[in-house]
Amino acid sequence: MRQHNHEAFAARRRTAGIPACLKKPSAIRHQPSAISCQHGAPRTAGIPACLKKPLAIRHQPSAISCQHGAPRTAGILACNSKVRAHTYVALATLFLISAWPAQPAAAQVAVIGKTVYTMAGAPIRDGVVVVRDGKIEQVRPLFGFVIPDDLRVLRATVVTPGLIDAHSVVGLSGIYNQKHDQDQIERSTAIQPELRAQDAYNALEDLVGWIRGFGITTVHTGHAPGELVSGQTMIVKTTGRTADEAMVRAPATVAATLGSSAVKKGKGKTPGTRAKMIALLRAELIKAQEYRKKLATAEEDKKPARDLRLDALSRVLAGEVPLMITADRAQDIANALRVAREFEIRIILESAAESYVLVDEIKQAGVPVILHPMMYRAWGDRKNMSYETAAILHKAGIPVALQSGYESYVPKTRVALFEAAIAAANGLTFDEALATITIDAARILGIDERVGSLEADKDGDLALYDGDPFEYITHCTGVIIDGVVVSETPH
Amino acid sequence: MRLTVLFAAVWLCLPGAVVRADSDVVAFVGARVLPIAGDPIQDGVVVIRGGKIDAVGSRRTTTVPAEATTLDVSGKWIMPGLIDTHNHVGGIGGADSTGPIQPDVRVLDSINALDAGFRRVVAGGLTTINVMPGSGHLLSGQTVYLKMRKARTIEDLFILDADGKPTGGIKMANGTNSQRDKPFPGTRGKSAALVREQFVKAQEYREKIKRAAGDPEKMPARDLGLEALVDVLEKNRVVHFHTHRHDDIMTILRLVKEFDFRVVLHHVSEGWKVADEIAAASVPCSIILVDSPGGKLETVNLAFRTGAVLEKAGVKVAFHTDDWITDSRLFLRMAALGVRAGMSREGALKALTIHGAEILDLQDRTGTLEPGKDADLIVLSGDPLSVYTKVLETWVEGVKVFDRGDPTDHLHAVGGYGAGNDQTPYFCCFDHAEGQ
Repeated sequence: MRQHNHEAFAARRRTAGIPACLKKPSAIRHQPSAISCQHGAPRTAGIPACLKKPLAIRHQPSAISCQHGAPRTAGILACNSKVRAHTYVALATLFLISAWPAQPAAAQVAVIGKTVYTMAGAPIRDGVVVVRDGKIEQVRPLFGFVIPDDLRVLRATVVTPGLIDAHSVVGLSGIYNQKHDQDQIERSTAIQPELRAQDAYNALEDLVGWIRGFGITTVHTGHAPGELVSGQTMIVKTTGRTADEAMVRAPATVAATLGSSAVKKGKGKTPGTRAKMIALLRAELIKAQEYRKKLATAEEDKKPARDLRLDALSRVLAGEVPLMITADRAQDIANALRVAREFEIRIILESAAESYVLVDEIKQAGVPVILHPMMYRAWGDRKNMSYETAAILHKAGIPVALQSGYESYVPKTRVALFEAAIAAANGLTFDEALATITIDAARILGIDERVGSLEADKDGDLALYDGDPFEYITHCTGVIIDGVVVSETPH
Repeated sequence: MRLTVLFAAVWLCLPGAVVRADSDVVAFVGARVLPIAGDPIQDGVVVIRGGKIDAVGSRRTTTVPAEATTLDVSGKWIMPGLIDTHNHVGGIGGADSTGPIQPDVRVLDSINALDAGFRRVVAGGLTTINVMPGSGHLLSGQTVYLKMRKARTIEDLFILDADGKPTGGIKMANGTNSQRDKPFPGTRGKSAALVREQFVKAQEYREKIKRAAGDPEKMPARDLGLEALVDVLEKNRVVHFHTHRHDDIMTILRLVKEFDFRVVLHHVSEGWKVADEIAAASVPCSIILVDSPGGKLETVNLAFRTGAVLEKAGVKVAFHTDDWITDSRLFLRMAALGVRAGMSREGALKALTIHGAEILDLQDRTGTLEPGKDADLIVLSGDPLSVYTKVLETWVEGVKVFDRGDPTDHLHAVGGYGAGNDQTPYFCCFDHAEGQ
């Protein structure tokens, strides 16, 4: 019936090392991102000559530089509107200068669905989503709508927003599981918040393509659990040739782990106990407090030398970036909440297998949970994990997202869609389960102004299915990212 | 024989056995029945008696015996208990690091029958499993086939052969799995050479036994490892061969040709590349479908469609959990993923049941719902291939060993605080709550 899955995947793997332009150019993804934001001019010089015949230009504003200055509450909206204006100017300029033709097939799409789950209101029966220039133009019932001639039409039984994997290590932890492709964890010392995900991310890695095939269009990825503070994470689209092209935001979080996996064994190794773990983390945060204070108050010539590690933690203390704490046992979750209270920092609980024990405390602290994949193995700190935790937390009013997580062996990555399916079968309604990998994930990650639901002006990210997306035997029949059809092979 | 007596004695003490003694005859009425041995039955009846299946048919044509305890299962589905051809539950440990080939080691000597994993196994609807010793050897020991009865010790779980011995196979592996520092092999060529050498030794040992013709004076000294390998050469013990890459698969087929043993290929990640060769050799496959390829070099070409390609080539395909690689509670999902990638629905369901039974030589006892077979069955809330379907009850030899409605069983089915702990043993003759 479906013979294509493997060939398509193998084909991607065969060509993984080849620049996209040498395969079948369908789009140029022009991304000023951090560079243009900082320097004011879009970078065109870096585009290879072979891309001189592009079929579309895709401009994807990044929030990187904007995030620095944006106040925490204003968040991405303020930033985005600024960048969007910038974007359109840049786009228009490029069109005028180079007269590069747009690619209708890639950028102008109407997706017709028997059921369209917008995640912004009730599902639409026989609905249509129009995507122009990478953004959603409108979402509406098909009835009474005349499809303009310039739109490429795709059809599906079910249409959802492009899915969001709320936490993963794809792009850093590669398919081969050999030293050369495992950049998700640095073992040299326990606290390294200065490690940036974008400096380790391989956008062309096979597993990025693998999850994309099932409808995952946005992924929060980066340094893995397993060290007290393992590094920064970022949010990317599952497309692009480089981290910069794929970028949605960096840093997204600083990743920390409390629990057995970050306890080091062996004489002289630290942290060797849970108590030591908390002591080290508190000491580091206190150092960052001092650093911030000195930066703010000291006279110019007495300001402390720049310290990348303390810079990263300062942003956590300032509330710009949450500390994502991996904690599974109830005692570790309690430790995480205690640290958050002491330093008045925003945290996200990650994995949180025994979070069902501390529902009231988590709710009271206003902490969201990126819950472990439902199909994680039940052993060690997670031996008491439950398929029903997502439902328990959701019913209590705690924001919950699902994720593919981190796998050190086989399978090398999970697929957030499949994890949400198990949650849907264990207490969450269909809509609630879908929200854990769309709008709720977007909200927890602070990217809901761009992705997570099908609404006008949001990114043109869609996933198409030939049935209930959670059913094992359903296929993902199409994936669209920023208006570009990136997959039409049934997966 | 002694084991059987002991076993019977244990049974009479178990709470589960009480159910069986009180209601020897049970009729499940009204379910959609998937006998696997025939077409689905819309409004079916399954009658079990004395731990065996007594009758299977539609409600119109099947008489429910007057003495039967009748269970109304309308709206539910019933199918044979699932057979897992490759599982590592029970806190097992097989061969150690002293050498790459250790056929003397029996996994049955390492199993904790009270491990919480066994509760998850029955929650997944598995009634028969092949517990294998772990990975990393060319030959890591003897496997054991178990029925998921309620148990205190491993003896309670054995499936005994005509001589009263526990049945099982032998676990082998090739490719990078068993390559490491000396005395382990460093290359594929060396791996095959070491295995061939061992088989040659076993052939000679068998020859010596034959020549002795029953004369104790002439018998060679007992060698536990070679005895197990003679079992293999005599085709009394199946080799369960872990393999991934297409060339490693071909190496196994070459070994089979040379030494004429019965083999099942396990994992077979690149089986889709050599499906015709596997079919031509009439070798069955026990496969696993995991959520992504990779994790090691040999599995980067793993594909959901392996089952479909093998099925179309005419290969007998069974699934396995490889628990803890995949959780036993999600075994039904494996078949659904097979169908997702093109396997026939019928083939996928056989791959969970009768094909597994055939691979373990237990097809006369389990794997389908047919009169005379063990009453191993599961009651499902719906279509076995749907994510929303739950295993409601698991029955082994006429005894209900899992009931989702029971709070403890529910805990093991979905997880939760305490689900990771070893199970409380079923003590004989007094309430175990008092015994704690």
